[in-house]
Amino acid sequence: MRYVTVFILSMIFWLMLTFEFKVPNLIVGTVASIITSAVFTRFFIQNVYKLIQPHRYFWFIVYLFVFIWECIKANIDVAYRVLHPAMPIRPGIVKVKTTLKSDLAKMLLANSITMTPGTISVDIIDDYLYIHWIYISSEDPEVYTPIITGAFEKYIKKIIE
Amino acid sequence: MNSMISLIFITIGILFNLLGCIGIIRLPDTYNRLQAATKAVTLGCCSILIGVIFHFGLSDAGTKALIAIPILFFGSTVAAHALIRGTYHFGIKLGGKSVKDDYKDAVK
Repeated sequence: MRYVTVFILSMIFWLMLTFEFKVPNLIVGTVASIITSAVFTRFFIQNVYKLIQPHRYFWFIVYLFVFIWECIKANIDVAYRVLHPAMPIRPGIVKVKTTLKSDLAKMLLANSITMTPGTISVDIIDDYLYIHWIYISSEDPEVYTPIITGAFEKYIKKIIE
Repeated sequence: MNSMISLIFITIGILFNLLGCIGIIRLPDTYNRLQAATKAVTLGCCSILIGVIFHFGLSDAGTKALIAIPILFFGSTVAAHALIRGTYHFGIKLGGKSVKDDYKDAVK
């Protein structure tokens, strides 16, 4: 079942990417999709029936809007720090604990953190994320954890777990 | 009308790309430069691609631009993560202004 899902998804992706519905193109796409599903299915989510639960898509759309808003904020933040003559930066690497369990959720959280204002994820070791932060506003883990992960963690939990 | 909107998006995108480049020159060390390079340049390129979508509509070029946006997002975030982790493991120190380093204990 997982193999079939990966095959269908990669076939849709191929058709959108090439945008051509002739027979040779379809044959090449089918072969490529079979190879993709044979090699990469072991990295796919375990329970494919999660893909047909509509409330996950609802939360995904909410998450998307939050994400775009954070992304625009991040860019204004970068612009401010770059153009300010004194350059207000206090960089450093902090350690943040996450409550997410699955690998896919952690990956999504790390990617979201990279796109939020002033933070880049450096590494994930077990339950801890290591974040490079351009302006450390507090030294206390209980204060800075909600600032970094708070905006996304609850949505990602609803989407994936 | 559509060409007007696409022009606005492309202008915003080029502006953000310019800011990212200024950031790469002005910020003090590798880690901070990656911050500017990742965020500003990714949103800049996405904005240019949205402009392309408005310009071509949902034809083949427009659809390709639409697919390129998520690929660019995942690609640039993963590349930034790989670069910053590689920089640390290669042994380049955090810049002089840095105040905190929790990662030091985890690497050993």
